[in-house]
Amino acid sequence: MSKLKDASIPTIPLQARISRWFGRNMIRIYALFGFTYLFIPVAYTFAFSFNDSGKSNLIWKGFTLDNWQNPCGAPEICNALGNSIKIGFLATVFSTILGTMIAFAIGRYAFKGRSTSNLLIFLPMATPEIVLGASLLSLFLVFHINPGFWPTVIAHVVFCISFVVVTVKARIASLDPRLEQAAMDLYANEFQTFRRVTLPLVAPGIAAAALLAFSLSFDDFIITNFNSGTLTTFPKFVYVSAARGIPAQANVIGSAMFFLALFIVIAGQFIGRKARVAK
Amino acid sequence: MSSTLSKIKLPYLLLLPGFLFLFTFFILPIVNLAQTSTQTPIAGGDTGQYEQSLRFANYLNAFTENKEQFGRSFLYAISATILALAIAYPLAYAIAFTAGKYKNLLLVLVIAPFFTSFLLRTVAWKQILGEEGFVVPPLRTLGIIGESTTLTSTSFAVIMGLTYNFLPFMTLPLYASLERIDPRTMEASGDLYANGLTTFRKVTLPLSMPGVVAGTLLTFIPAAGDYVNAAILGNPNTKMIGNVIESRYFKIVDYPTAAALSFTLMAAILILVTLYIRKAGTEELV
Repeated sequence: MSKLKDASIPTIPLQARISRWFGRNMIRIYALFGFTYLFIPVAYTFAFSFNDSGKSNLIWKGFTLDNWQNPCGAPEICNALGNSIKIGFLATVFSTILGTMIAFAIGRYAFKGRSTSNLLIFLPMATPEIVLGASLLSLFLVFHINPGFWPTVIAHVVFCISFVVVTVKARIASLDPRLEQAAMDLYANEFQTFRRVTLPLVAPGIAAAALLAFSLSFDDFIITNFNSGTLTTFPKFVYVSAARGIPAQANVIGSAMFFLALFIVIAGQFIGRKARVAK
Repeated sequence: MSSTLSKIKLPYLLLLPGFLFLFTFFILPIVNLAQTSTQTPIAGGDTGQYEQSLRFANYLNAFTENKEQFGRSFLYAISATILALAIAYPLAYAIAFTAGKYKNLLLVLVIAPFFTSFLLRTVAWKQILGEEGFVVPPLRTLGIIGESTTLTSTSFAVIMGLTYNFLPFMTLPLYASLERIDPRTMEASGDLYANGLTTFRKVTLPLSMPGVVAGTLLTFIPAAGDYVNAAILGNPNTKMIGNVIESRYFKIVDYPTAAALSFTLMAAILILVTLYIRKAGTEELV
């Protein structure tokens, strides 16, 4: 369309054409700057995962694949990574189950106390992380529970639940109620309708919520720092070693997580599209 | 009869486990923190030993001693929120209206940096902006910044880090509300002789307000309580209130002051947020 226009008015001077092109694509150019800003540190982290740096990864010293071949080479790093994965897994399972149940209750039913429930879900998101972390630590100290693995899991479930509820609720809200009515018309009982129609339709939302919960938990530092005691997680490892230089293996793990998550999300979208086409 | 009864009960049964959990590990701790905030040190006790009292002077002391850090937290958080909005709005707009079939891919790219640990990315900024990074030396050569000027350990670096870290939180709600706008409303505005700017001001922006409000809150609240950016990218003179709370807890073991500071922070945020929501005029949030 725009090409046709350009061709029909060939006498426009070049300068005006350039300024028109900029006018039309300004928003895209601006967005490109935004994406560049977002990806500069990611690219930097990835590039420096190949740095032949020894202990401190501050200055580029030469290309090597050693760090990728030996990601556990830095002391403690894989222990920290293992803890982060275990905590992330448990926090994801618990928060996804609890959050999905809440999302169904709030998204599906009109009941007394619904708006209060919404508020209770919103509050943890509106509370600064440092207050969440500090208040939980105080509670654990009152009950003489030492900070460590399980307190950290509990703390992560607290802040993940709200995000799960919001994500799943949005999916439930976008469902076409006629699909369930159709199932009921075809003599499915409530349970069958739920299992065969509602749940499969909401499943992508639950999967997205679980992925979100895991990445929130895996990446959390502030709340973890308050409740984990001497236990090291991957973000804690990075924070502590930031003072004396982060080993390149941390960049390897960060980059690997990035590509893994990207792969999962893109594969998920691909499967989703295929499923839709198959229907 | 029993089936209608169970129908009434069902939502409550679904809520029960989650809310029990949130009550125990979210509400109770906050209540307990409120108690801690008015405790006094035990006379002659060890450091870190406190007894319950109603010493509200803790609040006054906590605030007067840390006025500067409070002011800085809000100044930094507000600057970062405005910057993030300025960067995220065109980004979300471009994805919603000009990306066509690449919409989903671009959305994934907005979230993707999240997956590299945010601490790694913050440390990366520190090195990029540092003396040996690829930003400072060329700027020096061009004479844009002086020989003695540094980019790290400055307020600039902290605000930039905050803006960076919360950018996706700003972009996603903006995208969600922009995407919902029927493009025909904008076309109609153009048909009625509004130019691009007027259309944006009178049609697009008002319709995207829920996204603006949600995005600014999701950026401002965590930014105001953050201490990681200030710790990694700042210097002792750029400390935010989060840094104070953290050191009161871990280094000085002064729980009452830390608790009082936490509450003051929360109250200040709540007041600002309420004023803001009133002013922005959206109630759709909760």
